[in-house]
Amino acid sequence: MDSQKKIANGAKPWIEQSEKPFIRISNLTKKFGDFTAVDRVCLDIYREELFCLLGGSGCGKSTLLRMLAGFETPSDGHIEIDGQDMANVPAFARPTNMMFQSYALFPHMSVEKNVAYGLLRDGVSKSEAAEQVADMLKLVQLSDFAKRRPDQLSGGQRQRVALARSLIKRPKLLLLDEPLGALDKKLREETQFELINIQESLGVTFIVVTHDQEEAMTLSTRIGVMDQGEIVQVGEPHEIYEFPLSIFIADFIGSVNIFMGRVSDDATNYVRIHCREADCDIHVSHGVSCTQNQKLWFAIRPEKLTITRENPRGKYNVVKGIVDEIAYRGNLSIFRIKLASGKMLRVTKSNRSRRDEDAISWDDNVYISWDDTAGIVLVQ
Amino acid sequence: MSFSANKATFGTLIKRTLVKRIRFRGRSLVIGIPLWWLIVFFLIPFVVVAKISFSEAIIARPPYSSLLEWKEGGFLLLKLHFSNYLYLLEDSLYISAYWSSIKVAFFSTLIALLVAYPMAYYIARSTERRRNILLMLIILPFWTSFLLRVYAWIGILKTHGIINNILMSLGITSEPLVMMQTNFAVYVGIVYTYLPFMILPLYTNLVKLDNSLLEASADLGANPLTTFFKITLPLSVPGIIAGSMLVFIPVVGEFVIPALLGGPDTLMIGKVLWDEFFSNRDWPVASAVAIVMLVLLVIPVMLLRNAQNASRAAST
Amino acid sequence: MKKSSWFVATATVLGFAFLYIPILSLIIFSFNKSRLVTVWAGFSTQWYGKLFADPQILGAAWISLKIAFISASLAVVLGTLAALVLVRFRRFHGKNLLGAMIIAPLVMPDVIIGLSLLLLFVAMEAMFGWPAGRGLTTIIIAHTTFCMAYVAVVVQSRLVDMDESLEEAALDLGAKPARVFFDVTLPLISPALVSGWLLSFTLSLDDLVIASFTSGPGASTLPMVIFSKVRLGVSPDINALATIIIVMVAIGVLLAATWMKPKRV
Repeated sequence: MDSQKKIANGAKPWIEQSEKPFIRISNLTKKFGDFTAVDRVCLDIYREELFCLLGGSGCGKSTLLRMLAGFETPSDGHIEIDGQDMANVPAFARPTNMMFQSYALFPHMSVEKNVAYGLLRDGVSKSEAAEQVADMLKLVQLSDFAKRRPDQLSGGQRQRVALARSLIKRPKLLLLDEPLGALDKKLREETQFELINIQESLGVTFIVVTHDQEEAMTLSTRIGVMDQGEIVQVGEPHEIYEFPLSIFIADFIGSVNIFMGRVSDDATNYVRIHCREADCDIHVSHGVSCTQNQKLWFAIRPEKLTITRENPRGKYNVVKGIVDEIAYRGNLSIFRIKLASGKMLRVTKSNRSRRDEDAISWDDNVYISWDDTAGIVLVQ
Repeated sequence: MSFSANKATFGTLIKRTLVKRIRFRGRSLVIGIPLWWLIVFFLIPFVVVAKISFSEAIIARPPYSSLLEWKEGGFLLLKLHFSNYLYLLEDSLYISAYWSSIKVAFFSTLIALLVAYPMAYYIARSTERRRNILLMLIILPFWTSFLLRVYAWIGILKTHGIINNILMSLGITSEPLVMMQTNFAVYVGIVYTYLPFMILPLYTNLVKLDNSLLEASADLGANPLTTFFKITLPLSVPGIIAGSMLVFIPVVGEFVIPALLGGPDTLMIGKVLWDEFFSNRDWPVASAVAIVMLVLLVIPVMLLRNAQNASRAAST
Repeated sequence: MKKSSWFVATATVLGFAFLYIPILSLIIFSFNKSRLVTVWAGFSTQWYGKLFADPQILGAAWISLKIAFISASLAVVLGTLAALVLVRFRRFHGKNLLGAMIIAPLVMPDVIIGLSLLLLFVAMEAMFGWPAGRGLTTIIIAHTTFCMAYVAVVVQSRLVDMDESLEEAALDLGAKPARVFFDVTLPLISPALVSGWLLSFTLSLDDLVIASFTSGPGASTLPMVIFSKVRLGVSPDINALATIIIVMVAIGVLLAATWMKPKRV
């Protein structure tokens, strides 16, 4: 169909509303006794998306995934996949496949047999299945390991077998539960890009569950942030990062500095916030719907702050402080600055030059400044 | 177009309902087979025993009276004979037998515990390789015939048996010691046969004991003996209870060991039940004896269940 | 503390001696020339000859083997089903009942199990005409019933240890629940099934009390024959029988140990 690789080429059906959602989750709820694990979740996911469910442990993301797979029965709500209601459809009859966190490879079967298993259950002939298995193993670069058993493979190889096994049936929806959690950092980065490539070339819709927000931002077309069983924000990665809807989300994704203050001047194209912590006024150059003297928060990312020795001489958006800690990360340095009010700020600066004679050091007096548009106002 | 769509959805609806029915049937079958087997061949027998314990012994086949009788007027009369239970209470034989069974079971459990604990401790603290060999050595006798092993003690304990022969030939005693057909022999036989049942639960518990707890205790100044009594012993209580119940409960009703090694004054309720049934042919009384035994064992069984649940919770 | 005190070590050695001296005495005196079992009169294998010429013992042995084989096999099927259902099925009517019934035989005195089953068989015969008299069938039913409890315990512990996500993965790939059991669960719990079978076989072969209650004319099991002989006193052909059994078991256990070792590496 023409919609193949649409998203890969930059289409955004969730904005354009050009097609019907492929997966429709409405009011999905799951209770275990008194405890509500998933609370009235509504999500629309489009074909070929790589959608990430992001949240801390216990937020309900794994339960949501298991309900999609058919391993948990919802207490309330509906799941529709490609127009078909999944109520009463058992796990083995669903057009979904899952890649388990522990990989769940059958230890008593070879790699080949593991990957072929799903096809054989569909009634595919043995010879036909063998062909498809060979193709898939080539795709994940494991052709030489076909006859080996899972306990003879490394962690990364096992992960690829699990992926091959779950993709070979070309499911309508692939569910991945913390797929990269068991891999070390370097391998994880490589695998992330491989995963995206495979997803784009096969055109399968992915839903990935993860607690790693960097991973979520690298992989996804859109992220759904979950907290305590609810979806608190859905959007593209940069949307979530730069325009979080709440302090929780701002703090969960990456690091952030939050100032608390009161509206001192509310106009149509700017807002001024009086902030005692910062000992200055914050000027935000866009209108915010609020009232005079309302309590607000101002969130700004560490990389959006500029740290200088000299006073940048601005009326707003400048604070003074003392360098408390420096963490040198090679490509960037992270500064912890203590303001006069005692508040701590986190500032990152990329190390542009190889040697900096005038480098800022501990206990220096510095000025932190930022642009009018660099931060975001939050009301919750 | 809409007609074929309806036909398709109707077809899938039928298929899905059938599949659901079959899956439900399959599930019920899988549950039902073991469940009903046990209900018929384990639970109902106890009901039958209870029923017969309320009937009278008569000369007939089967040798007990029916509980229900049709009377004129067309109603059923339920005749419950409590005489069997009263008989148990009146005749001191039975009460003595119950009491003596519990006593024997209690003391043999205690002795078994004292013998088994050091062994279980040693095995639990050994290296893995040695542990496997020792465990195998513990389990090996269990796989050989229990009857034959008890029989072996006859040869060892009897008047011209091995022990007496050795003692007399070494000149330690001039006359043979009477060990067979005594309570002593019964205790030896019971401890001997049930030792593995005491060792294994103790071992399972002790092997899970975190070594760093003992190290912490030593680090805080406790000598080995104190560490044992204050740390190891209290933590091994679930194992002690499990092992004790695994010995105590079956020993109360034990028959073979008192029959082979015990004497005429060895009163154990298992033997009494056997004699009541095979020698006296008094089925109702035998049934009453069994029911009372069951009632007596309810509390120890609940103790065992609690101990098992506790150890399961502790290991998660 | 890896070192155990000398007290514990000594106690352990004594304990093992206690366990094995009777077994050794059985073996030694099976080769005794004299009929007086415990007085050594010289080496002889005559009792082995006598043993194999005794039709009563050989007949009983054959019956016991048959019963043990059938009971063990039935017990494995029933016990595995019970274990599966108790561990994997979340809720169903009768779960508590099944759970209680499956562990009760483990601790119940044999006399009670034997008596209750016999009374059941008698009552059933009176009501339905089946089982017609006691014999092999009734013994097999009785043995299966208490052996399945042991199988269930063994299989249950293996099922609990097994990674449930393997079964979920198979379901996810399109295998129906029955398929999942045969493709994934069964292969992975097979060691437990084997040890359950062996355990049941041994227990059945060894049982005296329950067989005595539930047996009938012409169906004397080996333990029943041994018991009646042994009540009358010590008998050296029984020693010979004991030795044969001990040696077979020892070989079996050693084989099992070596067969299992490579898998661990």
